[in-house]
Amino acid sequence: MSGEIRTGSARMRLRGLIRKEFLQIVRDPSSIAIAFLMPIILLLLFGYGVSLDSEHVPVALVVEKSNADTIDFTSRFEHSKYLVPSYYASTREAEQAMMAGRVNAIVVLRQDFGRTLRQSDGAPIQLIVNGVDANTARIISGYVQGVWGNWLAHYAEQRGQKFEAPVELQQRVWFNSELRSRNFLVPGLVALIMTLIGALLTAMVMAREWERGTMEALLVTPLSMREVIVGKLLPYFVLGMGGLALAVSMSLFLFGVPLRGSLWVLIVTSALFLVAALGMGLLISTIARSQFVAGQLALITTFLPAFLLSGFIFDIGSMPPVVQVITHIVAARYYIAILQTVFLAGNDWSVIVPNALALVAMATIFLGITWKKSRKRLE
Amino acid sequence: MNTASHDSAPPAPAMQDSGVALAVNQLSKSFHIGERRIQALHDVSFSVRHGVVTGLVGPDAAGKTTLMRLAAGLLVPDGGAITVLGLDAATQSLAVQGAIGYMPQRFGLYEDLSVQENLDLYADLQGVPESTREQRYRELMHMAGLAPFGKRLAGQLSGGMKQKLGLACALVRQPQLLLLDEPTVGVDPVSRRELWEIVYRLVREQGTSVLLTTAYLDEAERCDEVVLLHEGRLLDQGAPVVLRETMRGRSYRVTVAGMDKRTLQSRIAQAPGVMDALIQGDHVRMVMQNDTPPDYAALLPGVEGVKAEAVPPRFEDSFVALIKGKDRSDASAPESTPLPDPGGTTSHSTRLAKVASQVAGYLPEGARGQSRRVRLRTGINGAQAHPTTAPENAPLPDPTAESGQSAAPVIEVHNLQRRFGDFYAVNNISFEVSQGEVFGLLGANGAGKSTTFRMLCGLLPPSGGTLRVAGADLRHAAAAARARIGYMSQKFSLYGNLSVAENLRFFSSAYDLTGMRRTRRIQWALDEFELAAMADITSGDLSLGYKQRLALACALMHEPEILFLDEPTSGVDPLARREFWSRINALAGQGVTVMVTTHFMEEAEYCDRLAVMAAGEILTMGTPGAIKAEARSAALPEPTMEDAFIGLIMAHDEQRTAA
Repeated sequence: MSGEIRTGSARMRLRGLIRKEFLQIVRDPSSIAIAFLMPIILLLLFGYGVSLDSEHVPVALVVEKSNADTIDFTSRFEHSKYLVPSYYASTREAEQAMMAGRVNAIVVLRQDFGRTLRQSDGAPIQLIVNGVDANTARIISGYVQGVWGNWLAHYAEQRGQKFEAPVELQQRVWFNSELRSRNFLVPGLVALIMTLIGALLTAMVMAREWERGTMEALLVTPLSMREVIVGKLLPYFVLGMGGLALAVSMSLFLFGVPLRGSLWVLIVTSALFLVAALGMGLLISTIARSQFVAGQLALITTFLPAFLLSGFIFDIGSMPPVVQVITHIVAARYYIAILQTVFLAGNDWSVIVPNALALVAMATIFLGITWKKSRKRLE
Repeated sequence: MNTASHDSAPPAPAMQDSGVALAVNQLSKSFHIGERRIQALHDVSFSVRHGVVTGLVGPDAAGKTTLMRLAAGLLVPDGGAITVLGLDAATQSLAVQGAIGYMPQRFGLYEDLSVQENLDLYADLQGVPESTREQRYRELMHMAGLAPFGKRLAGQLSGGMKQKLGLACALVRQPQLLLLDEPTVGVDPVSRRELWEIVYRLVREQGTSVLLTTAYLDEAERCDEVVLLHEGRLLDQGAPVVLRETMRGRSYRVTVAGMDKRTLQSRIAQAPGVMDALIQGDHVRMVMQNDTPPDYAALLPGVEGVKAEAVPPRFEDSFVALIKGKDRSDASAPESTPLPDPGGTTSHSTRLAKVASQVAGYLPEGARGQSRRVRLRTGINGAQAHPTTAPENAPLPDPTAESGQSAAPVIEVHNLQRRFGDFYAVNNISFEVSQGEVFGLLGANGAGKSTTFRMLCGLLPPSGGTLRVAGADLRHAAAAARARIGYMSQKFSLYGNLSVAENLRFFSSAYDLTGMRRTRRIQWALDEFELAAMADITSGDLSLGYKQRLALACALMHEPEILFLDEPTSGVDPLARREFWSRINALAGQGVTVMVTTHFMEEAEYCDRLAVMAAGEILTMGTPGAIKAEARSAALPEPTMEDAFIGLIMAHDEQRTAA
């Protein structure tokens, strides 16, 4: 009989907790900010602002002696969508512009441009690249070489000569044929947003209950600790799925990222990741009892790894072996692999299944520890 | 008892018949904070009877909250057991939690939920059946006077209303035992009184047993029974009346015509056979160590015109007697905390005497030049007649000095205002404080005391009005004028992870002390406040009383002329408070002007003059005696400061509603 009463009451208790949580979410500006404002800002920032493609790179052109050839060559720069040329009278001025950060590279056409062009071993142009950002420097150098190569071929052709390149490379890019970094950044952001809601927000709201002394009042009711955990899990799961819906619709409709896999696979795997993230958030809250500590812990142990060690921006394959090993404990790593596959490649089960299993394992571990560790005690 | 009617409540425990609601048996509990182990409770045993109000009384860190949490099953004891309604709190905690109501400190309310939503939440959690809720809510809201505020967010309620809502939430499923942890902290006296009425109605009408904690000794007197805790040990248990009656015939109210009350207090405190001496308005309340009538010739040799009258004992007398008795018997006992002296193993009266004479060595440089001449009236053989026995060789302040008459005011405030948005935290207040005066601002939380202080110290710009401190507006003449003030905040503003000596060194350099003067001042502080033995102890590890001493020492490093004290003694035990005030009195005797905020009625009595504040306004101003006299009526021939305070608040509220 008492069991019957207890089930009935457990439903009532959970209902009370969940209703309370939703009222708090709706009324608390910081919850709304983390759940909806931050995702929108991140999406806009990464969708429009951050791009790993170098476009419109300012380049200084120094033409020491102008002639028909140089004019023809420099006009190629003006038609490039990747480079924006500006003209300088001397190398010195161009160098000053580079120092001041106005240009990223200098292309010098020497006085003897016309003469060396016709010699087989000559170097008629000089390229100076700002190498501070090695990645960009390589890209610029590639662009300029491309312009030069194309022009040279064109030049040779015009004179009826055969221009011989040692090897001809025919490139074909798969999955992201336009090579738009947005196409893999924006799906990756979904993982960051779910980490924010699942881990950061959840850890903070639990810590807030400790800080404000309301947890003490909750614990002295007939609630069990598991009810407290479920009462936090459910509302923030719903909130996290809401964040997912927001992020996915913005990716598809605003940024035109293709979704080549199935929406259902996306939803199910996202739910798995969200449960893992919630597990991390709740685990943090068993240690951290102030919002400050909870926030710091969540940022360092969940958000930053999801940013840096998940393959979101930096390719895991090119990390040092030790760091590669560490990435295996970052749940976002598995999720991002799934995301990039589902969005850009399609339902490739050989990628989805192992990663999804890893997510199940992580969710089980985090929630299991939390379940075990949470006792209805103040110490 | 009508408690068994709710279906989710566990079956009525069998112990009920024995008349014991809660039994504590050899209970011990310690905590680890980093390397340190703190013994919060030390072998405590007592029991709480059914159907009465029991008070768990003691200063901060006495172990009260720990005991409440153990009773609620939130902590597990290291040793011993606690039985609540016949259930073991550690092993059957869910059942205990189903049978009790518990209000934690700060009331456990969700501030972003409305009054009604808070009630709904706790009704859901406590499993109150939907069918009975309507009726129960109506009763509770009526009792708490919250009926019109159902839709208001809990965060927007006043302190008193929050407290009543917290109580209503704890009562939503009629508990058999109600645990209230510091229910009246941060609540104004009017609300405090109302809370007591509600608690007693519960006991009377529903037979609820109540256990509450409090640090206020005057409040303890309202309980049917009290359990006295001090530093984790049980001091005594019994009815407050009984405990108080043991002190009958030992308390006197003493005045000496023309003698300054501070001189009198300090002399009585050091006299043989005296247990306690306290300034109360215009007289000194003296408690003797036994009930033989005092011989004033021996007590105050050479003083004429002593007027003494026996007064009824107070509960605080017995508490002080118990702590002092314990200190004596404990002197050789092993200490429960790792501190060398956590607030009084040496005899207290000798320490007080030492304090008074040592502080006499303190003379602020600014005040020295203009120290006032002593104005003892003819026929009085005051301190000067007996320079060998009296500690105050230094000039005495004029006891009767009313503001602005004897000297130019040191602090002048005219029509001061401070607005936050539409809200006036301080609204048009004016007062003056003269040199050597102890001036108090008395009021509940949110009355505007701290805002006033911040403006006086130049930390907050006023929205209107003028103020001058030591002849300057601290907003503009910051550096120079600030060197002349000392400030001690409620939270003591110490660096908890620096040692005592490091704190002193830091504050002395913060006040630009250098070379010999710095060395001299640090040494002075270590000697003066008996901190030398613990110079290398991390200040976070000090007991509250020592923290308070260190904080005062830091505020005095640069020998300020004006001392601002923000709630200086909240939470410390009565002995530490007495010691603190004997230092303050000695400083005032040296010509230091002291301004103090307090919500503590007792403390207000130590001031020369005080301003009673509520809702940003000054309701009245005057000597403690005069303020109490205003409240005198046929029904209340001897009003206490609290009576006077409540009378003023009520009159103010009536005026407001009328307007």
